[in-house]
Amino acid sequence: MSGGGPAIGSRAPGALESVATSSVAEDRPRRNWGSPWAWIIFLIGVLYFTVPLIATFIISMRAKPLFAGYTNSFADSRFLSSLTYSFVIGLITVVLSIALVVPTAYWVRLRAPRLRPFVEFVTLLPFVIPPVVLVFGLIRAYSRPPLPFTNTDIGSSALLVFAYIVLSLPYMYRSVDSGLRAIDIRTLTEAAQSMGAGWFTILVRIILPNLRVALLSGAFLSLAIVIGEFTMAVYLARPAFGPYLALLGANRTYEPAAVSLISFGVTWLAMIAIALIGRGSRTRIQVGGAH
Amino acid sequence: MIERDAPPARPARRLSFSWAGLVPFFLFSALFLGLPLAFLALGSIADNKTGAPTLANYGALTTPTVATAFRNSIEVSLVTAIVGGIFGFLLAVAVILGRLPRILRSALMTFSGVASNFAGIPLALAFTYALSAQGIVTLLIKGIGINIYAGGFTIFSKLGIEIVYLYFQFPLMVLIIAPAIDGLKPEWREAAENMGATGFQYWRRIALPILTPTLLGSMILLFGNSFGAQATAYQLTAGQVALVPLAIGNQISGDVLHNVGLGYAMAMGMVAVMGISIVGYTLLQRRSERWLR
Repeated sequence: MSGGGPAIGSRAPGALESVATSSVAEDRPRRNWGSPWAWIIFLIGVLYFTVPLIATFIISMRAKPLFAGYTNSFADSRFLSSLTYSFVIGLITVVLSIALVVPTAYWVRLRAPRLRPFVEFVTLLPFVIPPVVLVFGLIRAYSRPPLPFTNTDIGSSALLVFAYIVLSLPYMYRSVDSGLRAIDIRTLTEAAQSMGAGWFTILVRIILPNLRVALLSGAFLSLAIVIGEFTMAVYLARPAFGPYLALLGANRTYEPAAVSLISFGVTWLAMIAIALIGRGSRTRIQVGGAH
Repeated sequence: MIERDAPPARPARRLSFSWAGLVPFFLFSALFLGLPLAFLALGSIADNKTGAPTLANYGALTTPTVATAFRNSIEVSLVTAIVGGIFGFLLAVAVILGRLPRILRSALMTFSGVASNFAGIPLALAFTYALSAQGIVTLLIKGIGINIYAGGFTIFSKLGIEIVYLYFQFPLMVLIIAPAIDGLKPEWREAAENMGATGFQYWRRIALPILTPTLLGSMILLFGNSFGAQATAYQLTAGQVALVPLAIGNQISGDVLHNVGLGYAMAMGMVAVMGISIVGYTLLQRRSERWLR
């Protein structure tokens, strides 16, 4: 190894250092700087990641007067209304999704472990059904009696929320399930029952507080996905943030650049929040997304 | 997965109600996953006029426009899965094993979380600002004598879509593959070195064979990720490049194919491709657990 010392059996995986070079003697002078090829790959990655963002930033600053791209966006009433709409839809999605997923995952662990494979299969289905296919099916199923959701505004918004719950199901379920794995729900449940608590009390006052980390990370990920979501919102003709940005991108020059950066910042904040919440927690947090 | 949960506390009396707590979940899934899917599935095997069972809609998938869309979608997904998979893997290896400063690793992981979710309209716009004919980067490298648009390149093309999709593909790869790279035990390398293996031999004969199922599985996941993506391409190409999700989107807006059943069949075709890739991923994932974890 890089230190030149004897091989030690049980090292933490993160302590693994030397891989790039095989010569112990040559290793020593460079070890604090990392291997050159690692830097090259990393810098290519940084370049590819940042260049489009820098270009967006430059365009957003070209507006005259300076910051007009940003101030115009904030002054546009549709910007705030669409962002608010998406945020509210996102919050409702998160709350309903928690109300649906937590009792289900809890019940599967406690009472119905035999149904686990089936429930897991269902929660993974949204990975198999792309958003555009799901919204296609939803529109065809719910644009006619007996459940004509798409005939009214409120109905369409409700359908959008249900679609987003489906979209967030894989993340929420896996997040909650790994959260439940970390606590002894059987003992907690029996202790609560012996003191006379009912199912609702157990779920709301015992299980939910113990799932803080899992729920918050699932919630932020769902929010980040929902706020920028485009496909479902546009085909359900909802005044959401995604379709607004698409419209703006087609008609204006500087404003969409500014709004894109703001939207990137929102995602960034959500991910930082997840990282902060997850710090020091044993719950494994999932941050893969859907497009 | 092996679960250690004990059997229900009072099986004799509670057994018949063990499913009762799952009723809301199954009701929801049936209404908003099962029913839409059933509509598409039944529609895809029904004649447009009479409603009689038929396979004609699936036969129509071979019409040139639809076949092109499927070919394009598969090509874009394959290219971005392979390129994104390889580069994402190299990037993860670089920050985990390349002795870079530790902070770069956590920075990359957080950023990958952001970038893998940064898709859709803002992403397409960002690349338009960078690489369109009047884009910042295009003009910049034109200044040093390289005109990428002279060679017929445009960001609003299949190649352009691939370049843009990579922006969420390889961060996703980094996120999926990092735990597997962490799982490579230092002892394996030490044992190999003790027997005189070079770094190349270690990777060629030990590390890569162990990682291969995970690598392939992750790339399959990337394939599905790209195959289902719609918003980014929608904004970027305005429909100039035929992709399956865009074709289905057009079908929702209006019956552009003049064949509703064909739209259903396309949707089912998409579900089939995604289903196959998820099954492949699951199988490979199971295999990779022999060595890792």
